Amino acid sequence: MTKYAYYPGCSLHSVAKEYDLSMKAVCRALGIDLIEIPDWICCGSSPAHTTSHLLSLALPISNCIWAENQGLDIIAPCASCFSRLKIANLEIKKDGKIRQKVNRIIEEEYKGTVDILNPLQLFNRMDMHGEIKNLVKIDMSGIKVACYYGCLLSRPGDIAGEDDCEHPKKMDQIITTIGASTCDWQCKTECCGASLAITQPKVAFRLVCEVLNSAMENGADCIAVACPLCQSNLDMRQSEVSDHLGKDIHLPVVYFTQLIGLAIGINQEALGLKHLITAPFSLFEEKCNLSMAIAKG
Amino acid sequence: MARIGVFVCWCGSNIAETVDVKEVAKYAGCLPGVVISIDNKYMCSDPGQRLILDAIQKEKLTGVVVAACSPRMHEVTYRRTVAQIGFNPYMLEMANLREHCSWVHPDKRMATEKAKDLVRLMVEKVKRNQPLYNVQIPVTKKALVIGGGIAGIQAALDIAQGGYEVILVEKSPSIGGHMAQLDETFPTLDCSQCILTPRMVEVAQNTRIRLYTYSEVEAVDGYIGNFQVTIRKKARSVDIKKCTGCGQCIQKCPTKTKSEFDAGMGIRKAIYVPFPQAVPNKPVIDRDICLKFTKDRCGACQKVCPTGAINYEQQDEFVTEDVGAIICATGYELTETHIYPEYGNDPDIISGLQFERLVSASGPTLGELKRPSDGNAPQSIVFLQCVGSRDPLAGRPYCSKICCMYTAKHTMLYRHKVHNGKAYVFYMDIRAGGKNYDEFVRRAIEEDHAIYIRGRVSRIYRKGEKLIVLGADTLLGAQVEIEADMIVLATATVAPKGIEKLAQMLGVSYDLHNFMCEAHPKLRPVETNSAGVYLAGACQAPKDIPESVAQAGAAASKVLGLFGQKELSREPIVAQVNQSTCAGCFTCKEVCAYKAIEIREIKDKKGNLIKFVAEVNKGKCQGCGACAATCRSNSIELCGFTDSQIFSQINHLTDGVTIEEPPGEVPMDAEETQGVSEETEKERLIEKPALAGQKVKN
Repeated sequence: MTKYAYYPGCSLHSVAKEYDLSMKAVCRALGIDLIEIPDWICCGSSPAHTTSHLLSLALPISNCIWAENQGLDIIAPCASCFSRLKIANLEIKKDGKIRQKVNRIIEEEYKGTVDILNPLQLFNRMDMHGEIKNLVKIDMSGIKVACYYGCLLSRPGDIAGEDDCEHPKKMDQIITTIGASTCDWQCKTECCGASLAITQPKVAFRLVCEVLNSAMENGADCIAVACPLCQSNLDMRQSEVSDHLGKDIHLPVVYFTQLIGLAIGINQEALGLKHLITAPFSLFEEKCNLSMAIAKG
Repeated sequence: MARIGVFVCWCGSNIAETVDVKEVAKYAGCLPGVVISIDNKYMCSDPGQRLILDAIQKEKLTGVVVAACSPRMHEVTYRRTVAQIGFNPYMLEMANLREHCSWVHPDKRMATEKAKDLVRLMVEKVKRNQPLYNVQIPVTKKALVIGGGIAGIQAALDIAQGGYEVILVEKSPSIGGHMAQLDETFPTLDCSQCILTPRMVEVAQNTRIRLYTYSEVEAVDGYIGNFQVTIRKKARSVDIKKCTGCGQCIQKCPTKTKSEFDAGMGIRKAIYVPFPQAVPNKPVIDRDICLKFTKDRCGACQKVCPTGAINYEQQDEFVTEDVGAIICATGYELTETHIYPEYGNDPDIISGLQFERLVSASGPTLGELKRPSDGNAPQSIVFLQCVGSRDPLAGRPYCSKICCMYTAKHTMLYRHKVHNGKAYVFYMDIRAGGKNYDEFVRRAIEEDHAIYIRGRVSRIYRKGEKLIVLGADTLLGAQVEIEADMIVLATATVAPKGIEKLAQMLGVSYDLHNFMCEAHPKLRPVETNSAGVYLAGACQAPKDIPESVAQAGAAASKVLGLFGQKELSREPIVAQVNQSTCAGCFTCKEVCAYKAIEIREIKDKKGNLIKFVAEVNKGKCQGCGACAATCRSNSIELCGFTDSQIFSQINHLTDGVTIEEPPGEVPMDAEETQGVSEETEKERLIEKPALAGQKVKN
């Protein structure tokens, strides 16, 4: 059993419960032990880093202390949490003075030995493709998935690293591993507009329209994501988008972990599919010959 | 007894501002062995040089120290001057008071003290100088030109014109290079082939030029004036003497592949002539795809050949040639079109060279512009500049130089073929420095209505028939989206793959991007640091045709200058082996980067072998001193930098701390070394230790 510290962040305990459920279920099946960081606090995403630089470092670092003491690396499934934690770690590793300041604030001695990974990097680092392939029980070949990375999963390139920031492939590789096909589309890394949803709703809406429309036009059956904000933003507005574009858009927006879970035959209830707003059931029933009764709850 | 003259230069205010030159001259005058010490505002000027000559004659000097700038700057000047009156030039040394002293120190008192040190050390060195005489080497008056593009062709023709023989080696089946692939050339829009092919024919007809096509340089040995080159003549599988170039074999050949000449836009057969105007116009068989070689079938070409020229048994042949000079004109390549993953890999995204073939009358579409995917004439084309160049993240921070101009040309060629077509150009900067260049770009914009957008493209994707280009217009501060039928990428100009192997063979250094390095970026642009090897064309850096031709002419003139001499005279700063003490371990041979150490047999009178010893080939030796430093038995000396000279300098710097000199090397004026008050000396040395006036040898 490989152990990792698990930082769910606020989303995975609330709006993105299904990401939390499916992530844990898939890791369990793959023999990865996720231990939730006790008493974790906010990663500081947006409010902190737009107001105070030090706060934007101190918040994530307070969450890393426990993992460092345990000698564990941290898995942060939310793309925004991942980005904040990773940036804070890189900054204090680079700058000794900043580290001292942050340590004074958090009243702990953090050395900066922890590595931060998102789930895509985790599966990639542990070379899980073979293992996942062996576990696949359901024929997913009927489904065409548009893998959507959004902004923070692969960018900034030198921080998110590993994948090509303008043309990432890691999620596509995993989706191909479970037997589904992926589409080559241009909106993989386009902004979904989530951070503008409240301040600039018109702009956000245009961006959502573009992403959904492009996925549709490229023949996708569903969109796979790895970020709670992307998920809710693309998932919740589909009726509005349909009205605006004058065509029926029905594209389930699922977490890529949910797809892995389905493919390797994890109990459907444990994947939290019923939490999705655009229901994916008929899609899986038609294209994968799955009975979705349990999932519907 | 040594009689040394010291000449201290002010260099205007360059030295005099930071160093008290009068005091230095006065101090030098008191040094043992110095009979005259004077200063002058500009020692390198005519009156300054006259001072030195007069002093040599009046004072009967045995050695001269000029305390002035770096020897790199004026050593040659002063040595040439003193040689005029029969004074051995190698009895003159320079103490560098400018680059090593006045320019780098702010404090006048300390700098003056250091200047005294530098002068004193050089005086000590010059006392131990021996007269040296230039090394004479013979020259083979035949040149090798590697690469048969426009640069190589021009260089070969110029040397032949000068009356010397040239060997031109080209690795592909025909000479002509990239220029033969171009349709029209900027800034005049004259037909590339029309101006190139006559020159190619000239090469073929010139009796002084021996052409080796489909051949590569396999090994290079020797040194300036005396290179031995091994050339591999790859098996053509066609007997050039029997072949009449009728082309029946090509017609019958059933195997096809993408044509390299058409940049993959057209096809060629397994037996092929790259293009109709090829020189020589004789086919070769591509053994990698020919059925006879891959599956031992077919043989159609042999059956139809009326002269029996097809020879499947032909083997690679090796020829050795003696040459005196080498011009490297190996050219460039373009990177592939899919450098940026966000641009995708669509068939309608092509490179500039592919576009040239698509609009060329000799191209696969006979000049009709058809896009690769469906053969339709593109109604709009987006041209992207700087694809892979000026991009440190892509590993190429340099400018590819030719793209601004050829992109402007492409927009014109396109508009001349598709009159209503829309040509968009995304650019970072328009670099059109050159005669009539900017006017040419303006013409593309104003007369041919090319739409120039300053900005980069973030993504290209296909939407049905069209390609969508997303980019930024940084002048408008807006995002732009353009629907295009075809995209032409000005991909980066890079050094040919594997060229570093040739550079190593030639002993030419190359930069981070494998472009070959000139000896000096401004003053020696066609020479390399390997004597007798010159550069022409884009192997040195991205270059357009006029520049390549100019550089080829310059390289040729260097070769002609070399061949114009009866013998080569070179600096005698070479290593010398004491063969009576040499133990023949040949460690020196291992460390010599120039392959200048040879093995010599020592025999007695009856011809019996006594031992093997090292011998320095004075033609090859570059005087680096690695062998002298390595020799365990202390049997190698570097002329002009002998142990005795260097140790005397060190001893006089440390002043009192004696470093043991090698046995048998007694300094001439050992008793004269205690010239200066010990106390002040020591005080000074504590303040700034180990600042020796090291001489830089070029």
